Amino acid sequence: MKSDRPEPLLAVRGLTVAARDKRGRETVIVDDVSFDVAPGAVIALIGESGSGKTTISLGCMGYARPGCHITGGSVMLQGQSVLDQPLPALQRLRGKDITYVAQSAAASFNGAMRIDDQVIEIPVITGAMTRAEALERARGLYAALGLPDPDTIGRRYPHQVSGGQLQRLMAAMAMISDPRLLILDEPTTALDVTTQIEVLHAFKTLIRDNRTAAIYVTHDLSLVAQVADHILVLRDGRMVEHGPTEQIIAAPRAPYTRALMDAAHVMPEEIASPRIAAVPEAPLLQVRGVTAGYGRDREIIALRDIDLSIGHGQTVGVIGESGSGKTTLGRIISGLMAPVSGEVLLDGRPLAARVAQRARGDLKQVQFAFQMADVALNPRQRIGKILGRPMRFYRGLGQAESDREVARLLERVELPTAFAQRFPPELSGGQRQRVNLARALAAEPRLIICDEITSALDTIVAQQILDLLASLQKDLNLSYMFITHDIATVARIADRIAVMRLGRIVQQGPVDQVLTPPCHEYTRLLLNSVPEMRTDWLDQAVHERRRLVAALDGTPEAKR
Amino acid sequence: MTARAAGWRWQLREAARDLTPGVALALAFLVAVAVVGLLAPWIAPYGEGQILTNESFEPPSAALWLGSDYLGRDVLSRLIYGVRVTLFLALVITFLSFLAGVTLGFLSAAHGGRTDMAMSRLNDAMLSFPALMLALIVINSLGSSFPVLICTIAFIDMTRVFRVARALASDIMVMDYVEAAVVRGEGKAWIIWHEVLPNALTPLAAEFGIRFTYAILFISALSFLGLGVQPPQSDLGVMVKENMQALLYGAYTTLYPALGIAAIAVSMNVFVDWLLQRSSAKLPDEI
Repeated sequence: MKSDRPEPLLAVRGLTVAARDKRGRETVIVDDVSFDVAPGAVIALIGESGSGKTTISLGCMGYARPGCHITGGSVMLQGQSVLDQPLPALQRLRGKDITYVAQSAAASFNGAMRIDDQVIEIPVITGAMTRAEALERARGLYAALGLPDPDTIGRRYPHQVSGGQLQRLMAAMAMISDPRLLILDEPTTALDVTTQIEVLHAFKTLIRDNRTAAIYVTHDLSLVAQVADHILVLRDGRMVEHGPTEQIIAAPRAPYTRALMDAAHVMPEEIASPRIAAVPEAPLLQVRGVTAGYGRDREIIALRDIDLSIGHGQTVGVIGESGSGKTTLGRIISGLMAPVSGEVLLDGRPLAARVAQRARGDLKQVQFAFQMADVALNPRQRIGKILGRPMRFYRGLGQAESDREVARLLERVELPTAFAQRFPPELSGGQRQRVNLARALAAEPRLIICDEITSALDTIVAQQILDLLASLQKDLNLSYMFITHDIATVARIADRIAVMRLGRIVQQGPVDQVLTPPCHEYTRLLLNSVPEMRTDWLDQAVHERRRLVAALDGTPEAKR
Repeated sequence: MTARAAGWRWQLREAARDLTPGVALALAFLVAVAVVGLLAPWIAPYGEGQILTNESFEPPSAALWLGSDYLGRDVLSRLIYGVRVTLFLALVITFLSFLAGVTLGFLSAAHGGRTDMAMSRLNDAMLSFPALMLALIVINSLGSSFPVLICTIAFIDMTRVFRVARALASDIMVMDYVEAAVVRGEGKAWIIWHEVLPNALTPLAAEFGIRFTYAILFISALSFLGLGVQPPQSDLGVMVKENMQALLYGAYTTLYPALGIAAIAVSMNVFVDWLLQRSSAKLPDEI
């Protein structure tokens, strides 16, 4: 949208950025992008990975990552050209007038320095403030960001605060010199769902109270509906759609924006009653009274007395935040870890505790799909070998047979058969996740444990993987145990769900029963954290969250 | 199979394109030295022990390009044969030390737990012996011969290789793709051969170059001390020792083999640095 306000704070015109590889070939990664940011306004850059959204936001600071360079266009900050500044002037600009909050605060803080020293570093070394003044302002910001103990939290080291707190501390670092423009690059992506809204709310309040202009970079459309005034949708470095938030949400024009809307992490309007709601008489897999722990004497309890059943052709969602024990449960079932007590039954027969003791025929039935396909696939093995090995290992196929089967399997997961000759690093994230899934399928299992397999993917790609899972289930009568923190996804695909918190299952049952009131407080907290596509949702959600958290602190499992 | 061969050709072409002049020079020198060592009997103008003149330390001439040594033998011919012995010993030693060190290091990392702890501490204990001292004691008590030399130095080198191999494998063992193989029910041998080794190959290749250089320096040092290669055979270290007095007479005879040792060591280091830099520079692209 062309701004009709007389003077925008930031005016980006025809910004073009190219990347150059080792051979000197150039690829345009941001192509002719223009937008304005009015004082005090928030614009959101939305797109999948590779859409150029981070490159644009860095370009606004006059910076291009190594190997990239800005080939055209202009960036004007209050009438002053950012791109024409010499480096020393740019350095003064960055950190004072334009500041940046990175995706992972944990990776951006120096673990060996106290938080205070890092937050006040810029104004103190530039001489803008004395140390005492800076500390005073930092404490004010900590309080404004809703951090606990604002007077003392800065004396801690980064590892002594939680991820959500660290992300807010990084915002304090960015705000301390009272910048005119704040750039937020996926600031909540790395956080747990229930923490996310608290951080988002803190950012929103801070931006509103200081009347700071901001650029908010994200791939999640439902999140920005809460904070942005304008939305700029990007794809492959080009602008797809640009307009006020209400208009984009209510009436998206571009087909791509509509696809983004469809794939957004929102709860379905109505939760369909599941195909297989009941606990089956003869479940495929049964977990009975499992307790497990880590540590030398397994004294750090990760799971307490877990009971769970998965029927033939059923999808069971296991939801919880990090530390809830959901991944540990998957590891127990697959035999990567032995329980302290309790057992896992397959077709009513108890399975040996560890992989090494299990018969090959039993191992074949239960396969595991890992979260991060980029580390779950050996970068030095061809796809053909990655997929062929389970076939030869479990099904005793010969070379020629397994080659044929690999081709068939690749087609089944909608990848070209020529991929058998490729190595994993040559594939995109979504393609790798398909291979990851195909490897589990190669064993011809009856149950696949999917550990957060969509959480590292862009929303549209994730949706495609979920569709693939559904079609495989229909054809092969597969059962899934779907481990995730994303309740909106589970609501769409699961028959039954189990909600985990602090190593226990706090609620389980058919999906429509568990997710419709009355539900357990923790389930409500999770539900409350799923963004809704309306602009007034955040304030209500934060209010509700605080009430639920207070109620949860009184529950028995919190006092372990 | 054809695709695999094409992949190799492509990788070689890529590597050739990345060569800098310095690295190309080092590589060319190493190849030349290897060829000279391999073809010594056909290249050397004279025999290894052939006494050609009564004069010690004759200056270079048309007949004797690098002059004569302390017994009146051709320095160039002896240099060529010396390179052959030094390279042969260093290659066999490094190969054996890698065979043992990598196997044990990988097994240690794959087993983990107490086995890993026991093997690592035992290795640390052996590492704490000064290498040259240990070699002197063993060789002195067993007498110097090629098998004794090779076994002793290979054993000492193995302890170094073990550390590197174990560290590499430990890093790889915690990757999800190894866990995927574990959960499939694969045995340790399969995991080591198919999951760990391919990912450790580049750093191991670089380490091979470094250890190879050390082996050359170590043999040369032993020979210089008189415990290495025994006359009438000689290697570069022996030649440095034999011709030391040349410096008293103002001749450079002893410097040629010394220079040879230095040049091989430096070239190998340049090449290895390039290899490592190239592989680490490539990692962000690949993963």
